[in-house]
Amino acid sequence: MRYEAPESVEGAVALLAGAKGEARVLAGGTDLLVQMRADAVDPELIVDIKKIAETRAVTEEKGGWRIGAAVTGAELKEHPRLKQVWPGLVEAANLIGSTQVQGRATLGGNLCNGSPAADSVPALIAAGAVATLAGPKGKRDLPVEDVMLGPRKLALTKGEIIVSFLLPPRPARSSDAYLRFIPRTEMDIAVVGSGVSLTLDGGGTITAARVSLGAVAARVLLVQEAAQAIIGSRLDKAAQDRLEAAARAACRPIDDKRGTTEFRIDVAAVLTRRAALIALDRARTS
Amino acid sequence: MSKHHIEAKVNGDPVEFLCETEDTLLDVLRDTLSLTGSKEGCSSGDCGACSVILDGRLVCSCLVLGCEVGGRSVETIEGMAKGETLHPLQKRFLEAAALQCGICTPGFLVASRALLEKTTNPTEHEVRYWLAGNLCRCTGYDKIVTAVMDTAAAMRKG
Repeated sequence: MRYEAPESVEGAVALLAGAKGEARVLAGGTDLLVQMRADAVDPELIVDIKKIAETRAVTEEKGGWRIGAAVTGAELKEHPRLKQVWPGLVEAANLIGSTQVQGRATLGGNLCNGSPAADSVPALIAAGAVATLAGPKGKRDLPVEDVMLGPRKLALTKGEIIVSFLLPPRPARSSDAYLRFIPRTEMDIAVVGSGVSLTLDGGGTITAARVSLGAVAARVLLVQEAAQAIIGSRLDKAAQDRLEAAARAACRPIDDKRGTTEFRIDVAAVLTRRAALIALDRARTS
Repeated sequence: MSKHHIEAKVNGDPVEFLCETEDTLLDVLRDTLSLTGSKEGCSSGDCGACSVILDGRLVCSCLVLGCEVGGRSVETIEGMAKGETLHPLQKRFLEAAALQCGICTPGFLVASRALLEKTTNPTEHEVRYWLAGNLCRCTGYDKIVTAVMDTAAAMRKG
């Protein structure tokens, strides 16, 4: 098993594109090392992307924020300004695993692990984040909701990596929230996760919204009907009911020991309403 | 494929070692550097028994590759006492019987130290969430949490 830690995006892409056997990108390693230990994967090549400056930076760009794919949850939490602009995203990243895991786990890794229950992914999708990919044919941008195709299946082609995420500029009176349900308080995988991002006008009416649901389908969903259900409203009871109905209608969950289909659908509706109310409250005071 | 030759710092001392790509930092600490204070519990980042501080950041050493730590600084349980003088957390854990079998204890001590270096006055809520990734099957956690809170209070008094 080879280990390489290139210092440039081009170097990483060349290594991955040229790999003869299975190759894996190493960011935080909190999924990859577990899978290697369990013999679920046995890569011929590991490409550690943490020495590439672009993957480790958080910078302002075009009025928004660019976050490197290998920035950890702990670093997002410690960032002096990100938490004010995108509190839901920062909270979501810091729901992944323990303190120890948050010191290593990254946004890029959480997405590329390809789990429908990944906590940071609904928050990224609700935020309207766009992933910047680099591959043998150059760079391209892909909305986060289009990166994951199904469990462990990504839209990335051979040799492609996610370098960073671009979060769009934030108008005044905007905020976000992410909630997940687990049967305990910490250290578990989402049974349902729900991310909501919204913007209000001066009168408190929602002018823009995005809603994303995790762990209720084979991939994390962008639920446009749920956003439409609350745009133009002040999130009154009728709008909340429409939001819940739209969230329910989008769910196509599995039935397993962690939650039945029926339970997941109910919880998705409740979490989405609560996340929207939190985002609304934050947007009013932002 | 030849082994990786790695130079790093462990508990302030320069070390060099050879490792295979798949060797974790925990493997290197225990099997190559004979620092067996860090324990192997789950090997999947769930139990925290292998907790170390890597460049100031609390991590599970079972989830770090040995070849990732070149040029970096690792602090383990072995560096916590200064000679014969125990760290205040170690003293308090003993006094308060915040351990029984002891397997989880190095991880709890390293993690608690990382917390107290970040905040000198944590709430019980903060202590419990910070230590959520450290599992103990003996104590029921109350004595550990109390020992950490008491140590923080004593350290604030100086």
